[in-house]
Amino acid sequence: MTIARRDAIALGTAAFGAAAIPVIGARAAVDDVPTANVKQPEYKIESGASLHVLRPAKFIDPDEVFWKVNTKKFIDATGVDVKVDFVSWEDLRPQLAVVANTGAGADIVISFGSDPHIYSSKLVELTDLADYLGAKYGGWYDLALLYGRKWNTKNWIGLPIGGGTGPVLYRKSWVNQAGYDKVPNDHDGFLALCQKLQKNGHPCGMSLGHALGDANGYSEWLLWTHNAFVVDEKGKVAIDSNETIAALKYATELQKTMIQGTLTWNDVGNNQAYTAEQISLTFNGVSLYYTLLKSPDPKLNAVAADTFTQDTPFGLSKRKPQSAAPLNAMLFKHSKYPNAAKEYLRFMMEADQYGVWLSNCLGYWCQSLKAYSQMKFWQSDPKLTPFAGALDSPFYDGYKGPISAASAAVIANYTVVDMFASVVSGNATPEAAAKQAAKQAERYYKSA
Amino acid sequence: MDATVDVGIRHLGFTRKPDGWVTRLFDNKAFLVFLCLLPSMGLLLVFLTYPLGLGIWLSMTDTTIGQPGQFIGLDNFIDLMDDPVFWMSVTNTIFYTTVATVGKFALGLWLALLLNHHIPFKAFIRAIVLLPWIVPTVLSAIAWWWIYSPQFSIVSYVIVDVLHLRSTYINFLGSPWPARWSLIVANIWRGIPFVAITLLAGLQTISPSLYEAALLDGASGWQKFRRITVPLLMPILAVALTLSVLFTFSDFQLVYAITRGGPFNTTHLMATLAFQRAIPGAQLGEGAAIAVSMIPFLIAATLVCFFGVGRRKWQQGEAND
Repeated sequence: MTIARRDAIALGTAAFGAAAIPVIGARAAVDDVPTANVKQPEYKIESGASLHVLRPAKFIDPDEVFWKVNTKKFIDATGVDVKVDFVSWEDLRPQLAVVANTGAGADIVISFGSDPHIYSSKLVELTDLADYLGAKYGGWYDLALLYGRKWNTKNWIGLPIGGGTGPVLYRKSWVNQAGYDKVPNDHDGFLALCQKLQKNGHPCGMSLGHALGDANGYSEWLLWTHNAFVVDEKGKVAIDSNETIAALKYATELQKTMIQGTLTWNDVGNNQAYTAEQISLTFNGVSLYYTLLKSPDPKLNAVAADTFTQDTPFGLSKRKPQSAAPLNAMLFKHSKYPNAAKEYLRFMMEADQYGVWLSNCLGYWCQSLKAYSQMKFWQSDPKLTPFAGALDSPFYDGYKGPISAASAAVIANYTVVDMFASVVSGNATPEAAAKQAAKQAERYYKSA
Repeated sequence: MDATVDVGIRHLGFTRKPDGWVTRLFDNKAFLVFLCLLPSMGLLLVFLTYPLGLGIWLSMTDTTIGQPGQFIGLDNFIDLMDDPVFWMSVTNTIFYTTVATVGKFALGLWLALLLNHHIPFKAFIRAIVLLPWIVPTVLSAIAWWWIYSPQFSIVSYVIVDVLHLRSTYINFLGSPWPARWSLIVANIWRGIPFVAITLLAGLQTISPSLYEAALLDGASGWQKFRRITVPLLMPILAVALTLSVLFTFSDFQLVYAITRGGPFNTTHLMATLAFQRAIPGAQLGEGAAIAVSMIPFLIAATLVCFFGVGRRKWQQGEAND
């Protein structure tokens, strides 16, 4: 980031503005991250080095503010000129494709989950850096290992920075009224709760429309809690299974308890309905809770106070059946200053910087390194707990197959979502829908 | 005469030098025509031919976002033949275009006839009529998205909470046919101004003397419409129809903003499916193949509109019969 004086003032003001938001655990020094004594790798910064970094635009202000503050610290400490561009989410992947295909432009691109696997031949391996960070900070979570390393190897091609997840958010008073103190963890119990909620006039609502995040999250939850999956370990399509049929039948029953219109919801559909107090329970990221909590409307603050969070019900799954697509940093081979770039990534992941950024992101981003789960801010609000372990999951888009362009295409084409939507709306039988979904998935997995 | 002048000039000491090749070149009519066409040809080449050519080339490769593809011939198209979602988008597009165009022209013509009368605040009303067309489609699409919301629809609010005609809100987009009709209504709303204003312009070129003559002959209102208005409106109707069909056939924004092709792909048009496969799905080759598949339909639709509706001598530069 080339920070001119005017920018520095703006930055200072922005940091001040962010500090004025009553954020949880905002502070400058970090003393609650347990670290192991590991020798720090020495990256000899090339003389005259400068770096260009692309990363996704902010979710919330502190994300961008503290990223800039940390970058400024790096510039002051090393004299390396770093320019960070915050790119809107839709534009990031096309820009990444241009950088990768032209072999020019940004040195570091921080993009999403599967991207390093698509561009692996163009990336500098980050194994030494990742091993050092893992050893120092209590190891990487499962999803970080999956997304960071080349499939079935120990070679790191991406550096997972953090991720967000979508657990259950529910209205405590309405769940209590239905006779429960929390959301049951088994299929039958969860269905019974939703039936009672609906009877009381407070239905639940999960999207099965073309909502990229929400609908894919909910339909993957349906699959994984029934031990169903899109592809097997070898990348062979395996969605046409008895487990999938069971998931489809369960989804049909659950759909009957929901508010109408969930098949038309995009990613804001459930947020709107929940905020309008029309639904009692949904799966969503922390943004919903945060918006209610920070609203100037006291009525919404009351909704926030009555909102509780929990991991999504496990059903038949042994581990948390929620995934998260991590932010994943890539260093391109065309970079003229690979050492400076590695040093920058190391610097940004160290507790003094990362801890400040993370604690101010309020659960929008969750750590990829386990030691950061010990930070006290996670305990400051028990409602953040389900978000803390976002990457502590074995499940990912395209589970159980290799992470590839095919899994990303299946998600973008709503193959699994549409399978559920066509069955719960009575437009297809479970058997026909599963066959159709398998056929659609095979279009992309044919080369695997 | 000539010889005298020539001699005179020579006498004054002027000799006309033979023309240089540059002068001769610029005197050449064919070259001048070529030269004057060059800028527009360049623009066409860069902004039309190249993207079209690239699209056709991409459709014959397996390019994805991130990986340059290999030439695979017609494999993408053969694959699509076997894809029910693609065929659904084809039938949706044809249905959507046909019904929406008929709706737009019926209502647009009606509106144009009304506006052609002398009414108070004529200019003001004509400006208002254009509004749906002036507002950026993405904005009006978001407005329609709210109108069709299963929870917050103003239409449902009026019907349920104000008029008490129903007990539940209407689920406009929740199942395939209601969703398709809802999108068509939004498209008609957006398309009417274009048709109305274009036809109004056509109506105003019809000489009032024709109507006066018809009046003297004792023609009824319907006869005047059928025998004077319709035939004289045909040329502009053909042009408006062609453009309108092209716009509707390649519509993207309304559908993408309101349903994104859902529920379960039943409202995808070819344009939205091409985008979904090519950009979020990263399969550029496949998306391009869907887009290229639109071309034959577009050409056919244009030919039908132009020669079917507007089969008049004016196309050849002669007067109508």
